[in-house]
Amino acid sequence: MANKNKSIGAFFSGLVKQQIFIPLVALLLLALFNLIMDPSFFKITLGYNSVGDPVLNGYLITILDYGSELAILAIGMTLVTAASGGQDISVGATIAIAGSVILRLLCGGQTTTDTYQTPLIVAFLVAVIVSMIFGAFNGALVAYFRIQPMIATLILFTAGRSIAAWINNNQLPIVNVESFGYFGGYIPGVPIPTPFFIALICVVIIALVLKFTNLRLYTQAVGINESSSRLNGLNPEFIKFISFVILGVCVAVVGLIKVSRLSTINYSVVAKDIEMDAILAVALGGNALSGGKFNIWASILGAYVIQFLTTTLYKFKVQSDALPAYKAVVVIILVVLSAPIVREKLASLGKKMKTKEVA
Amino acid sequence: MKEKSVLEMRGICKSFPGVRALHDVDFTLCEGEIHALMGENGAGKSTLIKVLTGVYEKDEGEIFLKGMDKAAVIRSPQDAQKLGISTVYQEITLCPNLSVAENMYIGRGEQKKVSWKQMNADADKILQSLDIPAKANRQLSNYSIAIQQMVAIARAVDMDCKVLILDEPTSSLDEQEVEKLFGLMRDLKAKGVGIIFVTHFLDQVYEVCDKITVLRDGGLVGEYEIADLPRVKLVSKMLGKELDDMSDIKTDSVTYAGADADTKVFEAESLQSNAGIKPFNFYIKKGEVNGFTGLLGSGRSECVRAIFGADHVIGGTLKKNGKVVKIKKPIDAMKQGIAYLPEDRKVDGIVGDLSVRDNIILAQQVLKGFFHPYSKAEAQKIAEEYIKLLEIKTASADTPIKSLSGGNQQKVILARWLLTHPEYLILDEPTRGIDVGTKIEIQKLVLKLASEGMSVTFISSETDEMIRTCSRLIVMRDRRVVGELGSDELTQNKIMSTIAGGENDGK
Amino acid sequence: MASEKNTAAKKSSWFKNVSDTNLLLTITIVVFFAMYLTAMIFLGSGFLKPQTFFNILNAQAALIITACGMSLVMITGGIDISVGGVVALVSMSCAVYLDFGGGDPYTAILLALAIGLAFGLVQGFLVAYLDIQPFIVSLAGMFFARGMTTIVHTNPFNVENEAFTKLKMTRVIVPGMGSVNKIGKYVDAYVEIGVVVALLIVLLLFCILRWTKLGRAFYAVGGNQQSALMLGINVKRTKFLAHLICSLLAGIGGYVYFLHVGSGSASHASGMEMNAIASSIIGGTMLTGGVGNIIGTFFGVLSLSTIQNIVSSAGLDQAWWTGITVAAMLCIFLIVQSVIMARKKRA
Repeated sequence: MANKNKSIGAFFSGLVKQQIFIPLVALLLLALFNLIMDPSFFKITLGYNSVGDPVLNGYLITILDYGSELAILAIGMTLVTAASGGQDISVGATIAIAGSVILRLLCGGQTTTDTYQTPLIVAFLVAVIVSMIFGAFNGALVAYFRIQPMIATLILFTAGRSIAAWINNNQLPIVNVESFGYFGGYIPGVPIPTPFFIALICVVIIALVLKFTNLRLYTQAVGINESSSRLNGLNPEFIKFISFVILGVCVAVVGLIKVSRLSTINYSVVAKDIEMDAILAVALGGNALSGGKFNIWASILGAYVIQFLTTTLYKFKVQSDALPAYKAVVVIILVVLSAPIVREKLASLGKKMKTKEVA
Repeated sequence: MKEKSVLEMRGICKSFPGVRALHDVDFTLCEGEIHALMGENGAGKSTLIKVLTGVYEKDEGEIFLKGMDKAAVIRSPQDAQKLGISTVYQEITLCPNLSVAENMYIGRGEQKKVSWKQMNADADKILQSLDIPAKANRQLSNYSIAIQQMVAIARAVDMDCKVLILDEPTSSLDEQEVEKLFGLMRDLKAKGVGIIFVTHFLDQVYEVCDKITVLRDGGLVGEYEIADLPRVKLVSKMLGKELDDMSDIKTDSVTYAGADADTKVFEAESLQSNAGIKPFNFYIKKGEVNGFTGLLGSGRSECVRAIFGADHVIGGTLKKNGKVVKIKKPIDAMKQGIAYLPEDRKVDGIVGDLSVRDNIILAQQVLKGFFHPYSKAEAQKIAEEYIKLLEIKTASADTPIKSLSGGNQQKVILARWLLTHPEYLILDEPTRGIDVGTKIEIQKLVLKLASEGMSVTFISSETDEMIRTCSRLIVMRDRRVVGELGSDELTQNKIMSTIAGGENDGK
Repeated sequence: MASEKNTAAKKSSWFKNVSDTNLLLTITIVVFFAMYLTAMIFLGSGFLKPQTFFNILNAQAALIITACGMSLVMITGGIDISVGGVVALVSMSCAVYLDFGGGDPYTAILLALAIGLAFGLVQGFLVAYLDIQPFIVSLAGMFFARGMTTIVHTNPFNVENEAFTKLKMTRVIVPGMGSVNKIGKYVDAYVEIGVVVALLIVLLLFCILRWTKLGRAFYAVGGNQQSALMLGINVKRTKFLAHLICSLLAGIGGYVYFLHVGSGSASHASGMEMNAIASSIIGGTMLTGGVGNIIGTFFGVLSLSTIQNIVSSAGLDQAWWTGITVAAMLCIFLIVQSVIMARKKRA
C-alpha cells in the first residue's frame, strides 16, 4: 500500500515537473469553475446549419473552433520566443494582410465574386509568400539590425492593417463561393469545425519538422546561449530570422481561416488583439518569454486554454472589447510569477518555512 | 587597527552557488602605500575588490576604515563612495553617452541642481592638472578607451578618497599613458592616499608598488615587501609552485605513436584578429601536443580564437596540410577538422538549460546538417557512450548540464568535441576551476589522443600541467609571441623566466 | 581648393565632436523645417497661414505631452506602450464623471492624474523593482487600459457639461499672427489651453533633463545601467521615476486630449502609443537609451503631423495612408539612426 502511494506520489511529482503541467492545471481550474457555475457549459448538441449539414454546437465546440486558430499561431510564436527572446506583436496586423491578399486574388480586384477569379490554392500560396516576406522583414530587423523584437514588430503592428486595407483599395471584397466557407466553417457531412483539422495538419507538420530536422536543437541552443551556439558552428542570426519567417507561414494559415469565416474582411477588427492571446498561450505553456527551451505541445494546449478562458468570459456576458482587461491581469500574474527575482524570493521563503518546520 | 593603516579587511568570505570565491582573506592597506594585489585568474582578486566596493555583499568578515570605530557597512557602490573608496575598473564603468565632465561628477554630492558652467570649469581644471587630453564638455564616447580610462581615474582622484582601487587600469593604456598614470599614483601616495593596484603586468608592479599581497584559489598566500619578493618567486607564488619543490618531472610517457613529425597539419602565417593581438606565426604537427603559455591577458586565447574563426580574422593566412583554407566562421573551422573548447565554459561553452545529451551531440549535429538529426535512440546511445568513456558524473543524459559540477560540465564539452573526431583539438584552459582528479584525467586523455595521431593545443595557467602534456610551448607576453620553448627547455624555471621577461633574478 | 578641404575637415570634426543627442536633434529640426518649407512652396495656401501651424499644435497637444513622457522612458532605456490606452481610459472616465457623475472639469483633472499615477506606480514597480521587461509590462497595461475603457462605458458619447464646454472653447489668442478670411475680416490666430499646457510641460521637462541631478541620472541609466550603478546612481529608483512620470504625463495628456475632442470613446487615441514612439525616435531619441532631447520630441511630433497633413493635402486622404506614413517614417529613422551611429563610431 505504502509502495503504491509512493509510486503515485512519484508520478505526481514527475507530472508537476513537466512543463505541460501548467496549462493542464489552468484547464482543470477553468473546467471546474464552469462545472460549478453552470454545467450546461459542457453540453454538446448535434444540429443542422442553414445549408442543412450536420454540425455540433456548444461552448466546447466553440473553444475547439477558435482555439485552433490560436494553436496555429502559438506554434510560430513559440519558435520566435524561443529563438529571439521576444515576441512578435504584429501577427494580428499581418493576418489582416494575408486575408486581404487572399480576397484580392479570389475576387480579382472586383468587390464581389461568385466564382474564384484565381485558383484558391494559388491565392493561398501567394498569401503564404507575402506573409513570409513580412515575417522576413521583422526577422531582419531583429536578427541583423538587432532591434528588440517587440519594437521591430511594432512597425507592422501599426502599419499592417493600413497595408491590408490598401491592398484592396479599402474595399471589402465578398467571395460568394460556398466552398470558400469550408475553411472557417464546416465541410459538408463533417460535424466538427474545419479549423480543428487545419490545426491538426499544422501540428502534424511541425511534429514531423521537429522530428526530421534539428529545428528544436538549433532554436533552443541559440535562445539559451547565442555565443556558445556560434562557437558550435551555428548561425544565430539566421535562426532568429527563420523563426520569424515560419511564424509568417502560420499567420497566412490563420488569415485564410479568418477570411473564410466571413467570406470577407474587416480590416480594423479581424484578428484584433490576437497577438496578446498568442503570447499568453506561449506563456501559459510554461515557456520562458525570455527565450530558450520550449515545448510546442504545451503552447498549443495553452492556446486552447486561453480560448477556454475567453469563451468562459463571453458566457458571463463580458463584452469582447473588455476581454483584454481580464487577460492583461492574467499576463501580469504570469510574468510576475516567472520573474527571476520573484522566483528567488519565493524559493528562499520556501526554504525558510522548511527550516522553521524542522526547528 | 594598526596605526598607519587606512583599510583593514579581516576574514572575508564569499561564496557563489557552487563556488567558494573567497575564503578567510585578510588584507591591510597603509597610508601612502601602493599595494599590488596579485593572483591568477580565479584567485579572487576581483571578488575581493567587488566586496570592498559594495558590488557584492560579503558572507563573512569585517572591513575597518581609518577614523571609524566600528566595522564599515558597504552595501552599494554609493556607500563605498561615501566612505572614501574610489575605484577604477578594467572595463570602463562610465556612461559613454554623457559628457566628460558629467562622468566625473555624476552620482556625487548632495545638490539637486546641475551647474554646467561650474562643472565644466572644474573638470577642465582637473583634466589639465592631470595632463589628460580631453575637453570637459565633449561626449565621452568621442574619446579612445585609454582616455576614457584616464577620465575614470580623474574622477576617482577628485573624490578626495582615502582608498583608491585601480583594477587592471593599464591594460588599455600605452607606455606613455602608463607613465603618466604612475606619476599620478606617486603624487597621490605622497598625499597619503592608499592605493590598491591590480595588474597582471609584472614590470609595472616592480616599478611602482611597495607591497604585494598574493591570492590563490580564493585564499590568501601572503603579504610581502616588494624587496623581499623577486619576480620568479612572485610568479611561483601566484601559480602555487615553490621553486625548491619543483623537480622537473618530464615523464617519458609522452611518445607520439604517429611520429609523423614533419607534417605540419595546420600552419598560420602572420594571422591577426580584431581582438587586439599582434600578428603571429604558428604551426602544429600531426600527433603533437603544444601549448600557449603566458599570464592572463597575454593573448593566448585570442591566438587560438583567431585560428578557429571565433574572432574576426583581419589578416594572415591559415594552411591545412600546406593548402590555404578560408576560415571566417567557426563552422568553417569545424569542417576543416578543428575543434575548440573555449576558455569561458559558462559563456561560450555550455548551453545551460539543455540536457547533457543535447550538449554532447550539438557540434557533431551541426556538422551533420539541419536535415540529418540523430534519432533519440542514437543520441542517447552516443551520450551514454561518452558519459561512460569520460566518466561524467550525471544523474542521467537528460539532466540539464547547468546542474553538473564544473569538472563534469567540462567533460561534457570535451565529449562534444571528441564526437566530431577532429584532426586538431584546441583546449583553452580545460582544467580551470575543476578538481585535481579530473585535471589528471584530462591530461591523460590529451596524451592518449595525441598518441592516436590527433594534434592538440593545450592552454593552461598551470605550468606543471603544460610541462607534463606539451612537447613545445609558445610563450606570450603583452599580446605578442615572445618565445618558443622546445621539449628540452621545458622546465618550470625556464618557463617562468620567459613569461616574466626582463631581468632574470640570477637564475 | 584648400579652403574647401578645410571646411570639409571642419565639418567632419563637427560631426565627430558633437554629442549624439545634439546631432540627432539637429537632424530632426532640419527635417521639420525642410518639410514645412516644401509644403509651403508646393502645396501653397493652407500651409502659408500661421493658423494651419497652430491647428497642428491644437490637434497634437496631447501627443506632445505623451511623447515627452515616452522620450523620458526611452532615454532610460525602457518603453511604455500603454500611453494610448491610458489616454483613452482617462478621457472616457472624465467624460463619464462629467456627464453621469455630476463632476466639474477641475476635479476631473484630479481623476486624470490619479489614473496616470496608478498606472505609473504599478508599471514602474514591475519594471524597476521586479526587473520585468518594460515591453511586456506595458503591453499588459495597454490591454488593461483599453479593456477598462469599455468597462467604464461602452458606447462613445459627447460630453454636454456646461463648465466643461466653456473650458473647451477657451482660446488663447496669439497676437500678430492672425489672417484675413474670405469675406475680408481679420481673424485672430489662436491656440487651445492644451497647447499652453503642452508647451509648459516641454519646457519643464527640458529643464529637468538638462539641469537637475535626476535628469542626468535618466541619461546615465540609459547610457549604461551597470556603469550608472558603479557611479553611485540609484538605478532602480531612476527607472521607477521614469515610468511614473511617463504614466502621469499620459494622464495629463489624456485630459488635454479629452479637452480637445470633448467626448469619450473606447477607440479614442488608438495607435497613439505608436505615434508617441515614432515622434520620440524621429525627434532623436534612441531606442537603445541614453540619447534624446525633449525639444527634439516636440519637433518630432510636429514633423509627424506635418507629413500627415502633407499626405492628406496631396489627395491621399484615405485613412490607411496615415498608418503607413507613420510606420514608414519610423522605419526610415530607425535605420538612419543605426547607420549614423555606426558611421560615427568609425569616424
